[in-house]
Order: sequence, then C-alpha cells, then structure tokens
Amino acid sequence: MNSAHDSADPSDRVRPRGAISMRGLGIHFGEGDTAVEAVRGIDLAIAAGEFVSVLGPSGCGKSTLIGAIAGFTPVSSGELLLDEQPIRGPGPDRGVVFQQHTLFPWKTVSENVEFGLKMRGISRPERRQRAHEILQQVGLGDFLRHYPNQLSGGMQQRVGLARVLVNRPRVLLMDEPFCSLDAQTRLEMQAMLLELWQEFHMTVVFVSHDVDEALFLSDRVLVSSRRPGRIQGSLSIELPRPRDTELLTSPEFMRLKRQALELLGAAAHGPAQRANGSPRAVNGARGPADATQFAL
Amino acid sequence: MSRPSQAALISSPSPPRRLRVVRSPRAAAERGRRWRGTLRSGVIGGVSLCLWVGLWQLACVQEWGLFFHFENVPSPTEVVTAAATLLDNPKLLPHVLSSLQRIFIGFSVAAALAIGLGLLIGRFRVAAQALLPPLEVLRPIPAVAWIPLAILLFLSAEQSMVFITFIGAFFPILLSTIHGVQGIDPRLVNASLTLGAGPLDVFREVILPGALPSIVTGLSIGMGTSWFSLVTAEMISGQYGIGYYTWESYTLQNYPSIVLGMIGIGILGMGSSWLIRWGGRSCMPWFKPEANTR
Repeated sequence: MNSAHDSADPSDRVRPRGAISMRGLGIHFGEGDTAVEAVRGIDLAIAAGEFVSVLGPSGCGKSTLIGAIAGFTPVSSGELLLDEQPIRGPGPDRGVVFQQHTLFPWKTVSENVEFGLKMRGISRPERRQRAHEILQQVGLGDFLRHYPNQLSGGMQQRVGLARVLVNRPRVLLMDEPFCSLDAQTRLEMQAMLLELWQEFHMTVVFVSHDVDEALFLSDRVLVSSRRPGRIQGSLSIELPRPRDTELLTSPEFMRLKRQALELLGAAAHGPAQRANGSPRAVNGARGPADATQFAL
Repeated sequence: MSRPSQAALISSPSPPRRLRVVRSPRAAAERGRRWRGTLRSGVIGGVSLCLWVGLWQLACVQEWGLFFHFENVPSPTEVVTAAATLLDNPKLLPHVLSSLQRIFIGFSVAAALAIGLGLLIGRFRVAAQALLPPLEVLRPIPAVAWIPLAILLFLSAEQSMVFITFIGAFFPILLSTIHGVQGIDPRLVNASLTLGAGPLDVFREVILPGALPSIVTGLSIGMGTSWFSLVTAEMISGQYGIGYYTWESYTLQNYPSIVLGMIGIGILGMGSSWLIRWGGRSCMPWFKPEANTR
C-alpha cells in the first residue's frame, strides 16, 4: 500500500539523516552603510535526529538561522552543511513551519498537504491517500475539503506541519510556530510535535522565545546573543522521554529553567566587556556566559 | 425534494442539535438574513428607479428647459412605444449579435494577452523593464483616439472595431494582473519552493491562483471599458451594432430609439460584467471578499 513509506523508513534507520553543521557561519544583509550583520561566527553541530531549540531576544538572528538552513538566505561567510553537503537553495528535505501559516488559501486542506507529492509527480489517488493518512495523524481527518481560512489557528498550524511531514523531511525547521496560539492549544501542539518527531526520525530546529516551551521539547537549548547573533550558551536537557506537562513543575525542570534564564539575561544585558580584543565585542554583548560557548 | 421555506427555518423554536454543519439552523438563519437583505435592497432599488423615471416623464411633459432642454427629449412613454415596434424590427438581432461578436473577440484576445503579459511583467524584473515603458506611453491614450489609426491599420471596418474593443479591455486587465502578481505574499512562493516546486510550478500553483482575484476585477473593469470603446467605434465606422443603431437613430431623427439604444448598451454591458463576476466566483470558491472587510 504505502510502498514509498516502507522503503523510506528502513534506510532512515540504517543511516540517520539530517545532521547539520556550521563552521564560522556569518550572514549579513545589504551593502555599505545599510549592511546589517545578522549572525556572526557560529560554530555548531546538530546531530541527526536531534531536537534543538534556539532561544534569544528578538532581533538576534534566530530566524536568519532558520532561513539559512531552509536555503532562502545565502551564507556570507563560513560554511553550512546538511549531511556533509553545502545547502544550496530551498528543497523538500527541509520543511519549514512559521508563526504565521503559509498555507495556500486557494487550495483545500488536502490539496495543501498533497502539494509536495504533486511536485514529485505522484499520482492523484496515491497522494490523496497519503495526505489523508497524515491529516488523520494530526487530528484533521474530517477537514480534508475545508479551505485554510475556515480553520482555527491551531488547525492551520497542524495542516502546515502535515504538509511538511508528508515529504518525509530530514530536517524540520520551526520558527516560533505556536506563538500565536492560546495556552491550551499550544500544549496540545507541543505534545503532538514530540510524537511526530519520534515517529518521523528527523532533526528539529525550533526557534522560540518561550523558555518553558524550549526546555520541554528539546534535547538541547541554545541561547543566542543580541545582533549580530552568536551562540551564547548551550543547555543539555537530559529529561526522560516521553515527556508530559507534569514535567513543567518538577524541581529538575525549575533548575534548568533558572539556568536558561541566566543565560538569556546574559545574552540580553551582558556587560560590554572587551573580550579577545574583538573590535565589535561591545555590540556582541559577550558576557560571562562566553565560557559556555564552546561547550556545544 | 422541496426545501422548507426560509421563514419556517428561521422561526423554528428549538433547532435540532445534531444537524450537519451545512444545514445547521445558524446557516439557515444566515441564509434567511441574506435573502431578506436582497429583498430589501431590491425594493429600495425599484422604488428609486421608479422615482427617476417619473421625474423624467414629468420633465418631458412639462418641457423643462432651464438648464437641460427636455423639449426634444423623448419621454418614457414614447420610449416604451418605440420598444414595442423595435421588437418587430428584423434588424434588432443583427445589431445585437454583431456588437456581441465584436466584444467577444476583442475582449478574449485582450484578456489572453493582458493576463499573459501581466504575469510576466509582475513576476520578472527584466520583463517589466523591457515592456512597461512602451505600455506606459500607450496606456493614457483613450481607445477613441485609436480610431483613425485603426482604420488605417486594418482593411475592414469590422477588424478596426474589434481592435478598438481590444484596446479598451487590454489596459485595465494588464494593470490588475500586474498588481495581483506583485501583491502575492512572497512567503507563499517560498513555501512552494521548500515543498519542491520548480519555476513553472510556482507560476501555475502560486502566482496564477494568487493573482486571480485581482485578474477577475481587471476583467470586469475591462469588460466595461471594452463596451465603452466599442460603442464609440460603432458610431463612427459601423454598419451594424448597438452603437451604430443609437447614432443612426439620431441622424434619422428617431429620438425615442436613441434612448432604446442607450438602454440596450446598458443592459448588455451589465449582463456581460455579471457574467465575468459569476465566472470569477465559481472558479474561486475559496475567495470571500466579505471576509476581509469584517
């Protein structure tokens, strides 16, 4: 029935895919006086199948990082590799979900999810079938023929997730995806995301400004400094999985949260020390957390 | 199967709870509201129309001549009498059909060309740089001003009239299409790229449907301007056609027929615009303009 699924899964298990590595990654926009340095000197390795969150103050280049991995934003310096291959332009192996959905308003829920399969030339009955399966998985099996503007915000994000997952991406990139949802829906979405992540064996890079969310979901939380964005600190979250919402009030979670907040505070208001003679260190807001920078 | 009347649906005291979404009492009430709204605006429109026609009759009977001179203007009753004889006129059908045919050909060619060019200009900077300057020079020239040149360009009067119709429809459609393409959320284009779309897919799956609401608006404006241009062209160089009929009525001093011709133009123009809007709505079931204004 689902020959493509069956053939895709074993190979995933044999050779886990979706490892991302950045070496001295720098990205700037514009030219001359109006040039903006969004991120600078990022060294980072994300293992295949890892769930990594990036926390940081707004305007710290978190979204730029997502854009670079997605292939929209060209790299200015250093290198950015996906499974040892440089990233050149967007592709279906890296799915993106934004805060504001990007569903096609003129396509039904099912047609939106089928889109990636259609681009691969898969026949209509088969892509219907696969879209239906994955929509049932995200709890939208009864909404195949609705249009996106007939759905609630949470449902729209589910469709967006299904549309990406149907392509079996190596990497799932999420840019504050749940941030405009109400608290209840948000918790549901987080739980669903974790389930899907475990089923699909993909790397997740999750950008957020919500500390609880990042800690609850991730294997590792990275804290980014103010622009130009650098990785200011890193926290390994060795909480057992599967995780549920009770975890949010456990002492261990509180301890991690305190650490994360300290790192964030350092990132946002770090004393303007001149470190390593770097001429731009004042803007870089490199603070005491600098030491953890190399613990990645 | 007969549907229960709207009134019965609205007044049902305790609506059954487990109806499906489409037939829910709320939907029925909504439909009832809409129906009453249509009725209300219909009544207001009808009363207003009657008042204006009455005023016109009064002006003709009393031969008002203060600023508008109604001495020679046919009155509504004269127009109605003329309409009765017109229906027996064997030339009525050829007049209407030849106008419709010119509109159909000119408008279709304009739509095809303007939508195609508009998509290219809206999407590709090079196309905009190469094509926009000459088009911008031509755009302010009214279709009427093309008539002398059109007569020189084409051997038959028929072709030149179709050309004028084309000119009238072309620019509104072109501009709306460009505007529609440029208004597309670039994030949707990006989304299609991350889902594996190639350049052609982007065009077919994102650009065209994204620009469609604007294109339909352009088509309905273009339909109006193409009638406008056609009638002028027919008055100058026609043999048949509703514009020719109107002008001929004037030269033959058959004044009530002038008004008949005008009304005919109005009805045909309105009908064809309605056709465009209806066609647009039926190929965009997802597009709800009222949702944006709410």
